[in-house]
Amino acid sequence: MANQTKVPFTGTKAQEEKLLKVLKGLKNVEGALMPALQQAQDIYGYLPIEVQEIIADKLDLSLAEVYGVATFYSQFTLTPKGKYKIGVCLGTACYVKGSGEVFEELQKQLGIESGITSDLLYSLDATRCIGCCGLAPVMTINDDVYGKLTKDQIAGILAKYKE
Amino acid sequence: MNYNELVAIKERALLAMGPREAVHNIENVEERTVLVCGGTGCTSGKSKIIYKEFKDQVAALGLSEKVRVIMTGCFGLCALGPVVIVYPEGAFYSQVQPEYVSEIVDSHIVNNTVLTKYLYAETVGDDGVIKALNETSFYKKQNRVALRNCGVIDPENIEEYIARDGYFALHKVVSSMSQDDVVKVMLDSGLRGRGGAGFPTGRKWMFAKASQADKKFVLCNADEGDPGAFMDRSVLEGDPHAVLEAMAIAAYTIGADQGYIYVRAEYPIAVQRLQIAIKQAKEYGVIGKNIFGSNFNFDVDVRLGAGAFVCGEETALMVSIEGNRGEPRPRPPFPAVKGLFGKPTILNNVETYANVSQIILKGAEWFTSMGTEKSKGTKVFALGGKIVNTGLVEVPMGTTLREIVEEIGGGIPGGKKFKAAQTGGPSGGCIPAEKMDVEIDYDNLLAIGSMMGSGGLIVMDEDNCMVDIAKFFLEFTVDESCGKCTPCRIGTKRLYELLTKVTNGTATLEDLDKMESLCNYIKENSLCGLGQTAPNPVLSTLRYFKDEYIAHVVEKRCPAGVCKNLVSFSIIADKCKGCTACARKCPVGAISGTVKQPHVIDNAKCIKCGACIATCRFDAIVKG
Repeated sequence: MANQTKVPFTGTKAQEEKLLKVLKGLKNVEGALMPALQQAQDIYGYLPIEVQEIIADKLDLSLAEVYGVATFYSQFTLTPKGKYKIGVCLGTACYVKGSGEVFEELQKQLGIESGITSDLLYSLDATRCIGCCGLAPVMTINDDVYGKLTKDQIAGILAKYKE
Repeated sequence: MNYNELVAIKERALLAMGPREAVHNIENVEERTVLVCGGTGCTSGKSKIIYKEFKDQVAALGLSEKVRVIMTGCFGLCALGPVVIVYPEGAFYSQVQPEYVSEIVDSHIVNNTVLTKYLYAETVGDDGVIKALNETSFYKKQNRVALRNCGVIDPENIEEYIARDGYFALHKVVSSMSQDDVVKVMLDSGLRGRGGAGFPTGRKWMFAKASQADKKFVLCNADEGDPGAFMDRSVLEGDPHAVLEAMAIAAYTIGADQGYIYVRAEYPIAVQRLQIAIKQAKEYGVIGKNIFGSNFNFDVDVRLGAGAFVCGEETALMVSIEGNRGEPRPRPPFPAVKGLFGKPTILNNVETYANVSQIILKGAEWFTSMGTEKSKGTKVFALGGKIVNTGLVEVPMGTTLREIVEEIGGGIPGGKKFKAAQTGGPSGGCIPAEKMDVEIDYDNLLAIGSMMGSGGLIVMDEDNCMVDIAKFFLEFTVDESCGKCTPCRIGTKRLYELLTKVTNGTATLEDLDKMESLCNYIKENSLCGLGQTAPNPVLSTLRYFKDEYIAHVVEKRCPAGVCKNLVSFSIIADKCKGCTACARKCPVGAISGTVKQPHVIDNAKCIKCGACIATCRFDAIVKG
C-alpha cells in the first residue's frame, strides 16, 4: 500500500502575498499563531515546512514553536489533501452502526490506509464526530454528506468522483 | 438601546413572526409561516435545497408577503429529517425530499389542504385529524429550557430572539442588579456546569468576582468533542444570542469586558451563525460600549479550535487560545484566580449559558422546581446509536433512562434487545439494562460508574460487543492524550494493548486483573480530567459485562460476534437450500458445495467479512 505520497511544494507568489497580508494583520494580536495557521491552511490547503517558516519569521516565533502547534492539532495537516477529501465519521454513534466497516471498504477501494492516493485525487481520513448522528453512519466527500451508509454503497458513490 | 426600544422591537418582531403558535385543524388561513430545519442533520439531508425551493415557489406564486419561509435551528427529531413545519396548522412534515415541495405548496399553501401523507405519522390521528407535536411520544415528556428557541426562531435574526424576551435579562441585570445579586440568584438556582463535571456555576462566578485584577475574561466552551454529543452545536446553530446574552451577564457579574467563544472548527454552520449574531448584537448595542446606557462594556470574539479533544479541558482551552499546544496545566491556581493570559477567567459550557437568562428572568425558584435534590433544571441529551428516534431531547433531571430510551426514543429498531447505554463519551461508562430505572442526575450517574459528560447518550443492542466498545473509547483517548503526563500518555496505551489482547483472544484472566489495577492507577495519577476519566469505559464494562470479557478470554469467543479473530462462520445444513448465492458472493472462495446440497465454509480461507450472512435468504449462516 502506498501510504505516504510525497508531494513537492508548489506555492505561488500570489499565495505568499495573501499569507503575508494575513500575518501583517495578526502581528499585534494576542494568541495569533492558531488563527495564522488556520488561514495559512485555507490559502495553501496544507502547512508545508516552507509555509511554517514564513509564519515563524513574521510572527517572531521559533520554527519549533510553530511546528509544535501545527502537529498538535488534528485539523492541521502537513501533507496536502486530495481533490476529493473523504472523511468517515468514527464517532460513537456512527461506530456502533458500522462506520468501521465503511472505513475498511474505502481503504480497500482506494488502496491506501489513510493519506492521499498517488494520483492526488482522493485523500482519506477518519474524522471525529461531525454531529449529525441521526444519519449514522456518515461519510463526507468535500462538502457532500452521505448518511445511513452500508459498505456496498461505497463503490457506487466513489464512481461519482472520478475526475 | 434603552428599555423602551427593546420593548418596541419585541412588539414589532412578535407581529412579524405572526402565526407561530400552532392552531390545529383550522381552515382558510391567509398567512403562513414555513419553518425549515437548518440543523446539522437536516442540512446534511438537503434542507438547504428544500428551503430554497419553498422560498422560490412561494415567490413565484406572489405569496412572499403572506407566507414567510424561515430556516431555523434543530427541531430535535433528527431521525425524521429533513423536517418542515407549516404554521398555523403546526403541520409537521418529516423526511421531506426536495421534490415534495411543489406538492406541499400546491396542496397546503394554495389549496388549504394539509398533505397528511407526508406528515410525521404520529401526528395524524385515525380520523385524519392533526395532533399537536407535543402530544407525540418523542416530545411529550420533554421540557425545553436550553433548547426553547431552537426550531422556533430564525437564528440569524436578532429581533426574533428579542421577541422571545431576548436581552431582557441582560437589561434587568445591568439596570437593577448588583454583581452580588446575580451571584446569589445563580447560587440559589443550583445550576451546575453542563459540560460534564457539574461544578456549581454560581460558585465559579463568585470566585472570579472576588479575584482582584485589572482585566478579567469570560469564556464559552463550545469545543464539543465527545463523540455522539451535538447539543452545544444545536444551541449555537439554533439560538446563538442566548449564549451571547449569558456571557454578557457573566461578564457584568465578575467585572470582565472581553469574552471569547472557543468553538470547534468542525462546526462551520455554528461558527457562521455566531459571527452573524455577534455582528447584529453590536449593531443593536446589546454588546459593545455602555450597554443599556450603563458604564458596562463587553466585547466578544470567536476563536476556532483545531481538532484536539483535550482542549475541552479548561486549562488546555485557555492555553490554546493563547496560541500554544493545548496542554493542560496543574490546578491550582484555578482559572478564577489565574486563567487566560494570567488573568481571572470563567469558563462555562454552551448549554450552561443557555439556561442563564431564563434563570435571571424567571428566578431561581422556578429553576429549582425542576430536577432532583442535587441536580436542578433540565438536561439536553443527544440520543444516538441503536435507537428509533435519534435526535436531541431535553428532559428534567431525574428522568429515568428507561423513559428516555423506551418512551421518548421509541426503543430499539429491528426488534433487538437493549444491552447498554453509554453516557459521558470517552470519560463515561456503559449503563446496563438492570440500571435503566435509575433517575439520571450528576450524582446517580457517578454512583453507577458513568458520568453526565456533555450529554451524549448512545444506545447499544445485543449486536454490540462491550469489549470492542471499551477498546473503541481507549483508542480515542490514546489518540487524544496530549502526552504531557505519563500516566495518561503511557497508561492508556498499555491499557489499549491489554484490550487488544482480549479482543484477539490472547489475553489471560490475569490480564483482566492487570487491566483493573492499571485503570485505577491512571485515574488517580493523571494531570487532567481526560486522563482521570479515560479508564471509565473499561471499568464500567468490566463491572457490568465481566461475563463478556471472560467469554473472550476463557472460551475464546465473542458473544456479539464482533471481534473478528474470535468469530467463525458456519452453515446450518438443515436450513441451507443449496442456492449457491453465498458461494458466489464470497470474495475469497471459502464456501463450497453443489447446487441444492448444503454448503460448507472453509474457516482457514474465510476472512470474516460477513458477506455470506448478508446474502443468505434462509438464515442458514450463523456466526459465533
